[in-house]
Amino acid sequence: MGTVWFCLIAFMLTVYVVLDGFDIGAGIAHLAVARTAEERRKVLRSIGPVWDANEVWLIAAGGTLYMAFPGLYASSFSGFYLPLIMVLWLLILRGISVEFRSSFAHPVWMAFWDGVFALSSVLLAVFFGVALGNVVRGVALDPAQRFFEPLWTNFRPEVPTGILDWYTALVGLLALVALAIHGCAWIALRTDGETAGRAVHLLRRLWWGGVVLTAVVTWFSWDLQPQIMHNLSTHPWGWVLPALAVGGLVLTRRWSGRRPLATFLASAAYLAGMLASAAFGLYPYVLPARSDPSLSLSIENTRAPVASLRLAFAWWAVGMALVFLYFWLLYRRMAGGAGENESHGY
Amino acid sequence: MNPALTVHRLQFAFTVTFHYVFAQLTMGLALFLVVLKTLALRTGDERYDRAARFWSRLFGISFALGVVTGIPMEFQFGTNWAEFSRRVGGVIGQPLAMEGVFSFFLESSFLGLVLFGEKRLGRLGHWAATVALWLGSWLSGFFIVATNAWMQHPQGYTVGSAGEYGLVSLRGLLLNPWLGWQYAHNMLGATMTGALLLCSVGAFYLLADRHQDCGRLFVRLGTVIGLIAGLLLIYPTGDGQSKMVARYQPATFAAMEGVFQTQSGAPIVIIGQPDVEKRRLDNPLAVPRMLSFLTYHRWAAVVRGLDQIPPAEWPDQIPLVYYSYHIMVGLGTIFLAVLVASALLLWRGRLYTNRPMLWVLMLLLPFPFIANTAGWITAESGRQPWLAHALVRTAEGASPQISSGNAWFTLLGFLGMYALLSILFLFLAWRQIERGPVAAS
Repeated sequence: MGTVWFCLIAFMLTVYVVLDGFDIGAGIAHLAVARTAEERRKVLRSIGPVWDANEVWLIAAGGTLYMAFPGLYASSFSGFYLPLIMVLWLLILRGISVEFRSSFAHPVWMAFWDGVFALSSVLLAVFFGVALGNVVRGVALDPAQRFFEPLWTNFRPEVPTGILDWYTALVGLLALVALAIHGCAWIALRTDGETAGRAVHLLRRLWWGGVVLTAVVTWFSWDLQPQIMHNLSTHPWGWVLPALAVGGLVLTRRWSGRRPLATFLASAAYLAGMLASAAFGLYPYVLPARSDPSLSLSIENTRAPVASLRLAFAWWAVGMALVFLYFWLLYRRMAGGAGENESHGY
Repeated sequence: MNPALTVHRLQFAFTVTFHYVFAQLTMGLALFLVVLKTLALRTGDERYDRAARFWSRLFGISFALGVVTGIPMEFQFGTNWAEFSRRVGGVIGQPLAMEGVFSFFLESSFLGLVLFGEKRLGRLGHWAATVALWLGSWLSGFFIVATNAWMQHPQGYTVGSAGEYGLVSLRGLLLNPWLGWQYAHNMLGATMTGALLLCSVGAFYLLADRHQDCGRLFVRLGTVIGLIAGLLLIYPTGDGQSKMVARYQPATFAAMEGVFQTQSGAPIVIIGQPDVEKRRLDNPLAVPRMLSFLTYHRWAAVVRGLDQIPPAEWPDQIPLVYYSYHIMVGLGTIFLAVLVASALLLWRGRLYTNRPMLWVLMLLLPFPFIANTAGWITAESGRQPWLAHALVRTAEGASPQISSGNAWFTLLGFLGMYALLSILFLFLAWRQIERGPVAAS
């Protein structure tokens, strides 16, 4: 039952990154690809009605993680105290910048919130990447399953570990580039004319950075976290996941400029492949210990009692079926973004 | 003793209080959006659509703030209250995850459709989206109150080998006797906030002689629905809730009512200042025997005082429990009195021109927020010294490895951030009220 919930939460987090990833990516890229007020409004209109529903995947995944692995939730959230609270502040700033921008049609007001939106999107992408880097690298857990990470120590991925070292910074940079590519693919899909053209152009330039960073980060991840290679050699089917990431990355470039929907889906496949590879590589650990592998947090030593996990599965399955229905309705109805003549305009 | 405990408590209290300002506002307004859209659908009167559009703009702003201030609540269970989460996450994680899966997706998906889809969905479709939005927001309240009801009155759980709790009965969680009264009382409180906001904005328009048609509509709707909510808040929900507290949390009940000495035929204290050090109430104004009667339906019934309960089980801030409870009850009584008067004037056809009454209605605005906040302070500080009643103490729940310096750093950050949010919210809300329920340009 623990493994089932491990997969379900990995799935929810992946959906979160793919969906909220495009509106974070649009936030990263929009100052560069949308130059006039009208172009910016178009970009914001394409994410306005959906960004909030996308972000709910993070909240729902968080709640599910809390319910299924309370030990992990307690250890990791308190151990990553400072960066997580900063993520909260960034989520607050980002959320209000989308919503408040349109509530007062003044050019300086809008320019200010455009800036806040871009900055918070950039920082969130980096923070999420750094967080993933920390999980893959591992932290200095004690026998009581506790740790506390300072923001940085000596910038090396060894004990005493810090949130930022050269490895986690690289993962943060990769997340920034990958989500920027994803955002460009979204803008190219949902806008037209010069904005879409600039988005494709930016995507192609970022793509080279994405390739180099993916290769470098993958290399060092295998080096720092032996569990990944161990899992790949004992379960060779797992190679499908990195293959999905590589295929997605290649096709993002190949289809860009010609097939916008296919490009966007390829970019989504890249993100999903990378995250699924990370989850596959860590299994059965959920947070490895950097110093002594026997202190690692695993599915077994952090999960809720099996009876609770069974109970939760029944309602969760019903709930997810409803969620797919809502998203189908939302994206179908909002296919063109927020309407031009509605009382609420972006 | 965890040196950062007080800072953790302050941070959670501050962030949840701030969050609930917007949560009660959106839950209250969601109901009125449904009422207005239903009236529009049935009568075809364009005024109701215009009114619904106006309130949906304010709803959008407060919803955005409710969302961004709500995420920190879920995170803080892990960041600041790790030991509590480690022990009870297997139980309270369930309603919190349900909230995400069943209500947040519903709310956020349909909010986009309500705000941006009026033309595209058609009249019936837009009405249905509004109902879905209301359902989502009230379901969200249900799961949060279910979480809190479990913490007040834990049941349906099992204990694992490491002292961790797991949920074994959904019925125990969702049909908790505590939950029914608390949820009904809480949602009526949110409805009261919505109703008094409508009254206040409507009275403002009538006094300023602007948007007369909508001003009358707001005052009328707010008065009628507020009056119903006000009655139900006192009986049966408030009554049921306080009997629940008397039965399962006698120390909390004694602190709320300021009962230091056990007595038969206990009086109910209207005004008076608790002196915990001397264990007495200063200058009390009380109705003899009333507390015994209201609680046990017998004039001579014995009410347990704090003297019969070990001080280790007392709430650690008795005056706070006492005052917040009395503020809530006092304000609720005042709301009811004002709304009865307003309803009488409405019935006599004189409300819209009675300027003193309109002034009172307009100035009432801050008080429902205070009353709801005071109610939650009563529930939360009344549950002390426990996080989960009789299972986990507050002192055991905080994250042990967070230094008080780090806790202060984040508390100061939240204070600054939320000060900024308050200013922005007031600015934007005022702009919408100033603009008024005009046809979309």
